[in-house]
Amino acid sequence: MSTPVIGVLALQGDVREHLIALASADAVARPVRRPEELAEVDGLVIPGGESTTISKLAVLFGLMEPLRERIAAGMPVYGTCAGLIMLADKILDPRSGQETFGGIDMIVRRNAFGRQNESFEAGVAVTGIEDGPVEGVFIRAPWVESVGATVEVLAEHGGHIVAVRQGNALATSFHPELTGDHRIHGLFVDMVRAAS
Amino acid sequence: MSTTPSTTFQSPETGTARVKRGMAEQLKGGVIMDVVNAEQAKIAEDAGAVAVMALERVPADIRKDGGVARMSDPNMIEEIIGAVSIPVMAKSRIGHFVEAQVLQSLGVDYIDESEVLTPADEVNHSDKWAFTTPFVCGATNLGEALRRIAEGAAMIRSKGEAGTGNVVEAVRHLRQIKNEIAKLRGFDNNELFAAAKELRAPYELVKEVAELGKLPVVLFSAGGVATPADAALMRQLGAEGVFVGSGIFKSGDPAKRAAAIVKATTFFDDPKVIADASRNLGEAMVGINCDTLPESERYANRGW
Repeated sequence: MSTPVIGVLALQGDVREHLIALASADAVARPVRRPEELAEVDGLVIPGGESTTISKLAVLFGLMEPLRERIAAGMPVYGTCAGLIMLADKILDPRSGQETFGGIDMIVRRNAFGRQNESFEAGVAVTGIEDGPVEGVFIRAPWVESVGATVEVLAEHGGHIVAVRQGNALATSFHPELTGDHRIHGLFVDMVRAAS
Repeated sequence: MSTTPSTTFQSPETGTARVKRGMAEQLKGGVIMDVVNAEQAKIAEDAGAVAVMALERVPADIRKDGGVARMSDPNMIEEIIGAVSIPVMAKSRIGHFVEAQVLQSLGVDYIDESEVLTPADEVNHSDKWAFTTPFVCGATNLGEALRRIAEGAAMIRSKGEAGTGNVVEAVRHLRQIKNEIAKLRGFDNNELFAAAKELRAPYELVKEVAELGKLPVVLFSAGGVATPADAALMRQLGAEGVFVGSGIFKSGDPAKRAAAIVKATTFFDDPKVIADASRNLGEAMVGINCDTLPESERYANRGW
């Protein structure tokens, strides 16, 4: 496949920035809000936003089960920040009734780096990304508390796991879509190409 | 979260423009709801709000009660911060940078320098660059929006006429801002200098807007949204999300109305979803016709 079609889950969050980043990384990018739109994409990005809101809206609009099924069937997915939380098999401190899509054998802690006042930028060296560290923008960011044996840790910051990969699922605590550096989106587009 | 472990990192940079503006990017497509206590904050979070605005009285009550409206009691704000995991915003008076300092020290996630409270300074707004906490400010037109951004605002909301349940002013302000941006797009470099003078805004910022075709920060709508269709209207007009104030907790069934407004905001371009969301919501807040509001009671005129 030359140009993969990659969706961005468009229930809430910084969808536009991911669409731009994916397009710059040679994918056809389109928003996904309905099950029939999900069926048409080769891979999916789950953007930053509020994980409780995304979870609620996914249930409300019938996306929770179809998404779980596609992820379990091997569709490549990439989650940033709230998207990372949505890909976790387990949240350490969920809101009551908060659900995730799952896909990565990890436990995450929400807002682990603190509130907005503690949000920060820092360089992050990511395994598999050439030419130096990426600029990490961490906004009320989660971190990965622990991972299962088959999860590859791609990056740490301050002693905490902030980027992981398990099979076709990729996740970062930070937001590369806000920086104009599209190397991580490029890595994900390559994953989608390889999976097809 | 109040239980967050605190950790020290090597040279992380906090309070950068990217970090401040980036948080508003994460709120896009969402609804931010006014709440006056922890119970309302939980109802808002359960309904799918992306953030809550903690304030002592919703605008409809500020109108009714009169008097000076100020920053909320820190205890109330802390209770709300403890009750929900979504971001918590709170309002300072225009130009009251000490109220803003207090809100920052409480750890609120965004400060709204708001015309709904009684202004503390009739000439100056707060220097928002001086804070780590990001600010959202209201605007009725592009010049006002750009002056606030020049002062450091990381998010803009149209003002509307808060506490009226009447969306007409929100529509006017959003159309005004969008039209002025569209006009700038057609200008050449020579004309942009004159436009900057007319807008009373920095040339670099005017040029940036002309190139981007949008503000460099997120633009939400506020003031007068009372129904799911109101929220969808503002999104179709170009708002990236909506603030809902008195419209929810001054209605008959707040939990139901809050969830309905969230639905309509997500599927703002799908009339069927909006129709379903609009069914059986009970009584909407009683509206006020903006034409009958005396000048002294028009909040949108505050700020300059």
